[in-house]
This record gives sequence, C-alpha cells and structure tokens, in this order.
Amino acid sequence: MLKKIIPAVKGYIKPSIGASIMILIEGTLEILIPFMMTKLIAEGLNTETPNINAIIRIGGIMLIMAFAALAAGMACARFASIAGTGFACNLRNMLFKKIQGFSFANIDKFSTASLITRLTTDVSNMQMLFVMCIRMLVRNFVIMVAAFIFAAAINLQLSLVFAIAIPLLVFVMWIVVSNAYPLFEKMLNKLDLMNARVQENLISIRVVKAFVRGDYETVTFNESADALKRAQVRAEKIVAWMNPLTQLIFYAAMIAVCFFGGKLIVGGSMNVADLSGFLAYIGQILSSVMMLSAIFATFIMTRASQKRIVEVLDERTDIDDSDITEDIPVIDGSVEFRSVNFSYSKNPDNLTLSDVSFSVKPGETIGIVGGTGSAKTTLVQLIPRLYDVLDGSILVGGRDVRQYKLNTLRDSVAMVLQTNLLFSGTIEDNLRWGNETATMEQIEAACRAAQAHDFIMHFPNGYQTDLGQGGVNLSGGQKQRLCIARALLKSPKVVILDDSTSACDTATDAAIRHALRTELKGTTTFIIAQRIASVLDADRVIIVDDGRIMAMDTPQNLLETNEIFREIYESQTKGSVA
Amino acid sequence: MSNKQTGAPTPPHGGKAKSMKPKNSKKTFLRLVGYFKPYIVTLIIVAVCIIVAAEANVYGTAQIETLVDSHITPMLVNGSSPEAWAGFGKAIGKMALVYGIGIICMYLNARLMVNVSTGILNDIRKQMFAKMQKLPIRYFDKHTHGEIMSRYTNDTDSMREMVSQSIPQILNSGFRVISVLVMMIILSPMLTLVAIIMLFLMVLVVKAIGKRSSAYYKTRQAALGKANGYIEEMTEGQKVVKVFCRESKVETEFGKINDDLRRAEAGANTWASMLMPLMGNLSYIHYTITAILGTLMIIAAASGNYISLLTLTAGQLITFLQYTRNFAQPITMLSQQFNSILSALAGAERIFEMLDEEPEVDEGRVTLVNARLDADGTLAECAERTHIWAWKRPAWIETIQNADGSFGSLEHPMELIRVRGDVRFKDVTFSYDGEKIVLDDISLYAKPGQKIAFVGSTGAGKTTITNLLNRFYDIQEGEITYDGIKLTDIRKDDLRRSLSMVLQDTHLFTGTVRDNIRYGKADATDDDIIQAAKLANADSFIRHLPNGYDTMIENDGENLSQGQRQLLAIARAAVADPPVIVLDEATSSIDTRTEALIEKGMDELMDGRTVFVIAHRLSTVRNSNAIMVLEHGKIIERGDHDDLMRAKGRYYQLYTGAFELS
Repeated sequence: MLKKIIPAVKGYIKPSIGASIMILIEGTLEILIPFMMTKLIAEGLNTETPNINAIIRIGGIMLIMAFAALAAGMACARFASIAGTGFACNLRNMLFKKIQGFSFANIDKFSTASLITRLTTDVSNMQMLFVMCIRMLVRNFVIMVAAFIFAAAINLQLSLVFAIAIPLLVFVMWIVVSNAYPLFEKMLNKLDLMNARVQENLISIRVVKAFVRGDYETVTFNESADALKRAQVRAEKIVAWMNPLTQLIFYAAMIAVCFFGGKLIVGGSMNVADLSGFLAYIGQILSSVMMLSAIFATFIMTRASQKRIVEVLDERTDIDDSDITEDIPVIDGSVEFRSVNFSYSKNPDNLTLSDVSFSVKPGETIGIVGGTGSAKTTLVQLIPRLYDVLDGSILVGGRDVRQYKLNTLRDSVAMVLQTNLLFSGTIEDNLRWGNETATMEQIEAACRAAQAHDFIMHFPNGYQTDLGQGGVNLSGGQKQRLCIARALLKSPKVVILDDSTSACDTATDAAIRHALRTELKGTTTFIIAQRIASVLDADRVIIVDDGRIMAMDTPQNLLETNEIFREIYESQTKGSVA
Repeated sequence: MSNKQTGAPTPPHGGKAKSMKPKNSKKTFLRLVGYFKPYIVTLIIVAVCIIVAAEANVYGTAQIETLVDSHITPMLVNGSSPEAWAGFGKAIGKMALVYGIGIICMYLNARLMVNVSTGILNDIRKQMFAKMQKLPIRYFDKHTHGEIMSRYTNDTDSMREMVSQSIPQILNSGFRVISVLVMMIILSPMLTLVAIIMLFLMVLVVKAIGKRSSAYYKTRQAALGKANGYIEEMTEGQKVVKVFCRESKVETEFGKINDDLRRAEAGANTWASMLMPLMGNLSYIHYTITAILGTLMIIAAASGNYISLLTLTAGQLITFLQYTRNFAQPITMLSQQFNSILSALAGAERIFEMLDEEPEVDEGRVTLVNARLDADGTLAECAERTHIWAWKRPAWIETIQNADGSFGSLEHPMELIRVRGDVRFKDVTFSYDGEKIVLDDISLYAKPGQKIAFVGSTGAGKTTITNLLNRFYDIQEGEITYDGIKLTDIRKDDLRRSLSMVLQDTHLFTGTVRDNIRYGKADATDDDIIQAAKLANADSFIRHLPNGYDTMIENDGENLSQGQRQLLAIARAAVADPPVIVLDEATSSIDTRTEALIEKGMDELMDGRTVFVIAHRLSTVRNSNAIMVLEHGKIIERGDHDDLMRAKGRYYQLYTGAFELS
C-alpha cells in the first residue's frame, strides 16, 4: 500500500535523510554523554589520586557533545519540517492531479466530501506518520541498539535484564494496542453517529422547531451521547493499563539491575560508576522501544487514511485520450446516436439508456422533454463524452466521439450543467473559463446572447463584480445566464442546455432561444426543459421516457400524435391567457 | 455549506481562522472547574494517587543512593556478610514496594480519570445539545453549520484532551518537579542552584519559541484556509472543470497555493518541533555541568576543603544526576501542555458562549387542548383526540381603569376558544437585522378554511410571513392574532403544533420512512401514517422501496429523489392534522405531471383548513381565495386569480411571462 505513497518523498529525499542523520547524531551523543559520565566519575574520582585534569578534559568533551547534540536536534527539526511539509505538498499534488484526470464516472464514485477529506485530513495524517518515521524510526532504533551495546560493554551479564525486559515490553504494548484498537474504532463509529445526529438537527432546525420535536431530539441525542460515553470508557479503560504496565517493566528492570549490579560490585566485577551508567541506559532503551511501538501504533491507526489515499491514486481513470495521436478538429455540429446502450454501473441488465438512435443535422435545435428520472441528462452527457457508452456509438461531426482528443471534443460541444456553479473571482474571470483569450467584445457578445449583459452592467463593478464562493450574491436566474454565456464563449459547434433556464422568466427564456437561433446560426442546440414553452419553437423534440426515445418529431406533429407531450402541454398551459 | 432559502439572511461564508487563544482564560478556567464538581470525590482520590505515584517515583529513585552508600560501599570497604546482604535485600525490597505502590496509584489515576473525562464531556455535550434546541432561529442565521458543528467536534475534542491528559499531566509533572526539587535541595543545595538557573533558562526558551511559533502559526492558518477553500471549491465544481477542459489550469493554480502552504507550514512546524530537542538537550547540558561540578565538589570534600554546603558523596552525585534527568522530563511535558491548554480554553470559551446565548423567549400561557363539543354546543376539554382543538386560556386578572378613574381588576375565568384557523396580520412591520425592513406595514387576514397565496421575488418577504406566523421571529411593530388571541399569548410549542409546515428544502431524518412521517405526530398509528402517505400520493412509491415503510433513510434522504422527499414532507405535514398548513414551495421539485397526480390529495389535505401557499409556479396558486403579490416587503396587489388578471398588474405580467421572478 505504501508503495503508492512513497513517491511523494521525491524532491525532499535530502532533507528526509538529513533529518534522520541529524537525529541519529543527536541520539548517539545522548547515549555517549552518560557513558562519558561514568568515565568522568571513574577517572576523576579515582580513590587514590583524584584527577582534576581528567574531570575538566572529559567534562569539556561532554559539554561539547551536549551542545553538538543541541545543534543537531535543532537542525533535525528544521530538516524534518521541510521534508514533512514537502511530502504533504507532493502528496496533495499527486491526489489533486489524479482527481483532475477523473471522468464523470470516477467522480460519481467518490463523494465530494470524501474527496475533500482525502485531500486534507488524510494527507495530514500521512504527513504526521512520515515525520514520525524520519525523526523517530531511525533514531530510536539506533539508540536502542547502541544503548544495548554500551550496556553490554559495561557488563554483559547485567545486560541480560534487557533480553527479558524488551520482549516483555513489546508484548505488553502489543496486547494493549491490539485490544484497544477495535474498541476505538467502535467509539469513533459512535462519535460519527452522534455528530451526524447533530448535523441533521442543524440542517433541519426549522423542521424540528416547526413540529415541536426539540425534546424528542434531545432525548435521542442523549441516548447517542451515552452510547458514545460507554464506548469511550470501554476503549480508554484498556489504554489506562498502558502507562502503569510499561512503568512496571521499567521499575522491575531498575530493581533487577540494582540487585544484580550490587552483587557484581561487591563481587568486584563492576564499580559504582558502571551501575549509574547502566541505570541511565535502562531509561533510554525502554523509552526507545516505546517510541518504536508508538510509531507502529500510529501506522496502524492511520491505516484508514492510507487506504483512502491509495484508493484515489489507484482509481483507474475510465475515459482517457492518451492513445489518440491525431488531434482531428470537429468539422460540424451534426450529432448521431447509433443504437446506444448506457449504464452507470456498466451493467447490461441495468440500463439507463437503451437502444437510443437518432440523428441531428448541423444547426438544428432539438428540444428534449421527459419526466424526472427519464434519463434526459444522461442522454446529452454522452455527447461531449462525459461518460462512455456501453454499446453502440455516438458520432459528432461524422466521427465517433472516442476518436477525438477530449479537449477538442469538449471545446466544440459546450454543455451547461444543471448545477449552475460559478467560482470565486470576478464575473469576467468566470466567463473566461469558456475562452481564456476572449476579447472584451466577445465576452460582451456572449453575455448579450445569454441575456446577461444588462444585469451585469447594473452591478457597480460590472464585469469586475466579485462573486463569493458559489456566487452567493446572484439570483438563480442570473447564475444560469452567466453559465450559458460562459459556455457560449467557447464558440462551440454544439450547445447543450440542461434545464439551464428554469429560473429565468419565460420572456428571458425566449430571448435566449431567439439569440441562439439568430446569432449562433449553424450551431446545433439541445435544450432540455421542464417548461414546455421552451421547446415549442424547436425544430424537433425528443420525448424520453424511462431511458428510451418515445418519439422524435416536430412539436406541432407531437401535439397531435403524442399523448405524453399533449398531457404536459395541457397541464402547463391550462387556463393560461397566453 | 447550506445556503438555502429560509427567508432570513445567510451567515457569512467561509471558515474564519479560529483563534487559538482564549479571551479570558481565568474566567473560562474557573467555569470549567465547575464541571468537575460532581466528580469531586473521584478527583480527590486521583490527586492523592498522582501525588503518591510521583512521590514513589522520586523516593524509589532516592533508594539507589541508599543502596550504594549504605549497603554496597560499606560492603566494599568492610567485606560482605550475610547480615549485610540481608540489609541490602531489605533495601531492594523497600524499593520494590515503593515502586509497586506507585504503579498501583498510576493505574488508579488513569482508570478513574477515564470516568471523569468521559463524564464531563458527556455532561457538556448534553448541555450543548439541549441548549441548541432552545436557541432561537436567529442564532442559526448568524452562525454557519460548520461553526456550530465545530463546537461539538474540535472544541469538545480539545477540551477532552485537556481534561483527560493535560490536567493530570500538569498535576503529575508539577508534583514531580517540586518533589525532585525538594530531594535535590536535600542532596545538594549547591547543585540545586544550578538546576534552578537551568530551569529559568528553559522557561525563557519556551517563551521565545512560543512567540515565534504563534506568529508562524497565523500565516500557516491563513495558507491552510486558502488551500482547503480551493480544494473544496474545485472538488465541488469538478464536473464544471471537466466540461470546460480546465484541468491543467486548475492544477497549476493549485500547485501554487499548495506550495505557499508548504512554505508557511515548514516555517511553523520548524519552530513547533524545535521545542522538544531544545529542552531535551538543555537538560543534557545541565547534566554535564552537574557532573563536572559534582565531581569537583567530591574531590574538594575529600581533600579536606570541607564546606558543609558543598559536601557530596559519589552515591549522592549519581542520584542527583538521575534527578537532573527526571527534572527535565516533566518540564518538557509542561511546556508542551501549555499550548494545548490554551487552545482547549479557547474551545471551552466558544462552547460557553453558545451555552450563554439567550434562549427563545416564550411568555405565552394559552395552550392547545383536545376538545369535544357537548350536546349544548359548549366546548369541553378532553384527553382523547377528537379532531377538534381548543385554545385554553387560563384564568387571568386584567387591570382595568374604572369609570371614575380608579384602577380595579377584572377577573377572567378560564376559557376555551375553538381553534378555527383565523389568522390576522395588523400593520406588521419586521426586519431581521433592525435596519433593512423586510415586511413593511403588512395587513392581511385569512378566514378559517381559506387558501391564501403569496407570490413575489426572492427576498420579497414571502417566507418571512410564515416565519412570523410560527414565531421563528418576533415582529417589531403591529400585531398578529390567531383565532382572536394575540400570537405572543400562545405558548410557542402549542402554536407550532397547531400549524403544519412543508418547507421548500425538505429535510428528512435518519430513520425509517415510517419514522419520518411520524415526525409530524409522535403518537400517530401505523394506520394514520399510511393514510397520510396515501393522501400525499407517496404510498405507491414507498411500497416500491426495498423495505417499504421500513426503508431506512440516510443522509437527509439522499437515496430519494427531490420530488419523493417533498411527497414525504407533505405526508409528514398531513399526519399532524393541524388546523393551519403552510406550504412553502412545497411542490417546486415535483414535475407538473406528478403535481397533477397529487392535486387531489393536496385538495383533500387543504380541505377545511386555513392554508398559506408560497409558490413559484403560478399554476399552483391559481385556485386560492386570495393571492398577495409581494414586492420589497409590501403587498402591491391582492385579490383572487380573476381579479388580478383583470387588473393587468404585476400578477398579470408574471402570469403571462413578461416579468421574471428571481
């Protein structure tokens, strides 16, 4: 799993290694200092002839070591920060790039919220793990080994204490962690449930208040809060054993060393200074074992994050144009569906569109009507190859859409999505999404056609009006018109309006259609609409029902021949004076 | 973030960089301490355990000196004897005993703190939620969901950390530092002086680093906010990015923002992560200095330069050196806890702010009761549901001015007033923020059983009228009456029970379909629920769901279409069976064919009730008794469909499509 994530270190290998080396130096010095201390006492306090020179010499070396350790420690902090943040930066870029390559089908698979979590929380979890590794993994491992060697050098027999203490410590920590982990997962689950309840109440606070269910909600919440509390106690009860048990092993090792060490000293094979040096190593060895286990525990705890990140990196982008070598332009706006079957789940038994065939000449205006869920949107999304067909083929400009470069195809087939999303920035910035190099005249022309120019000029800053995130200060109809203008700026061969004028009044709606007809002559137009008036002046209308084309004809003919079309027409114009 | 139409102003967008520092840490801390009260006995035991454990650690370590100086060295000098060994063994045993007690206390402390920290957290959470339910809608206008959610998540989290880790650790570390200091003074006052100087130095270092890192922290937060904002916006707009082939452009832009974040983070992290090595190595410098001074002092003492303050034995030095290491550890811990305590206090402050918010005021005394009509036509209160409701006004005393100018009192007996659904607005003026008038001198009446429609642009004040009706907000001027009773005299809960709302944004709750419909009336029978679903034409699609009425709804009903959710919301309102119904764009997401199908059900639902309808689609409001056209908070036209069409005013323009509703 980590194989996919490790390339994020690229460009930061030097600081990563630097951090490890620096911390290694720091760690080594920290071990040497107690060792030097035993020498200091042994040589300086030589019972016959106290040696002040030795004290100053060895003491001086110790001081230099301590300052060197300080410098190394700080250098490590710097290196590790550079490496850690660089790693996270690369990882975010990798994910972001991958997501940019996603097709609509890939995007549908991950929810927006989950993608955001992967790019934020999960990346910081990985960053934490990475920094932990470069700072602690090497260091503690080396310290453990070195301290062990030094301890063994002082007294081999006595170092046998570690042979018991270390495995015991690892064992105890393993038991605690492996027992606590599933309980913590359960607890997090309960926490999610509780938070979901809160979130729901926030979103629906008006419903709760309108139906006077505050007390009921409070009782329900208290139940989930209590469930969380119980789960939390269960999990933390186990963790409560962690410190006392490790401390127990530490103390036991100390006592054992004192006991056996005392015997050895009296027996003459060791001196007092050795004992104090040895005692210092106990702390070092056992704390580095604990650190190593902590890294391991973090690794386990962040496994979910690792998995989520790798899931994105591993996702196979299902629409890809890298094998198309020749960039052929789209010559005209003709569109043809040849017995198209489509399924979101790529399952022939669960078709969203079945056996759709029709053909449209360049410059035609095609209305599409049908009930909610009848697959109108699905149908048009296949034209710019936002999804791939399951069977059959779609031709634009006389060529299969799969033979074009994606950018070429999508620049020629402009689609206005139902979600009229604008981005933060000015109105002009947003319009330029359609054409980066458009002149101001082109922009204004597109806005006039989309009936947006007038209202834009009513803003004090005109085209420079700043839209907050999501374009909050515009009405729905205004947003829709900007989205249409943005699409028109591509000067496309085919324009698709997916219910894009629903929030505009009928007069504006008609004006937009009129402009499309007169100013974009030769551009094929698809109009999906709930409002029947929007398609009455189309050249032909497609009626979609349950993923099939029920009829395709001129609106006049359909009024006579098609039951559904007439029904919708009548329900919408009933009693109208127009 | 939800930015739905509620008639009310929406809170500002985007996450504010949260402050790390509390405004009044002392007050907040004292208030937080209040939450510990119910656990006072446990806490006393915990405190004792912490002290004992810390003391055991120090005292146990002190035993090493005794071992060396009183047992090992004498044996080296005098030779070993069984008695001497026995003494040695006893000393070891004592050490083991002390450590053993320490460990037991350590466990007790950890275990008991689990109860305390989870308990306190649970108390605070429950308090927050109960409070949240009592807050006025105004509060939710002013605060984003994200902001309120972070009280439950981030803020309680940092508080949990503080209660369960920081506070015990501070207590523990504090005791350890103090006891180590005491032991040090006993061993060697001179070397202790060095330790104190070192301590002073460490505090300076922590302060200096804290200052730098908090400056970096701010730039980091800003960069993080920017990056997260971009990620959010682009991920949400991913499909638009694809349609406009902006992938590479967006990638480059993100690359820049990402790199800014990297730089800012590298700066902040450097300082934050320097603390540990600095403290640790300062302690080693201290260790070395102590070792040098100590050995020199031993030599000085041995060579006869006897100064009592400077005497030191080898055993004492070894112990003292051990103490210098023990000394540094808790201090490093303390310095690390400092930041988390500050941020926990800042979180606690935000939680307390929410707990201190003014709850919804309710001075109403008139309640809603079930009633029955006795043979003589009088109303009588009864317990069972009769489909007849009455307002019960308790006995009250009115102060009146007598004819002679003196004041007297008039006793009103308890009275029952039949609920009919007669709603009147008299000269109502309202503003959400006290500045911008949203409703301007509105007067209207709805007679029982009438259907009143509101038509107008977004922001014209349609939804506001219904918000006032169920007292989500209170009016500033004018009067609203309900069956002749002033709205403010009716207990809020009862007022709302008498109105059923179907809101534009249908919100459903996690639970079964059945539960969701039952939301309208807690004691509805399964039969009532199916009746209501049939009325709303929801029964057939519900039966087609995998588990019918027991199908689970999750995530606000994401597995249902918007139209299906609206049908459920209508069923939910229907099951409540109230005298007044408010339909706020209730059928906006239902296509016209389905709308035609549920028309019969809707008619049945509306029959005999007073209905307020807000609709974009004019076909929905055509058959209303009265249609009010609102513009900028004023009623500019009123009348039924035919009147308004004849008048050829704004309604006519709207209806013929010459004017756009936004």
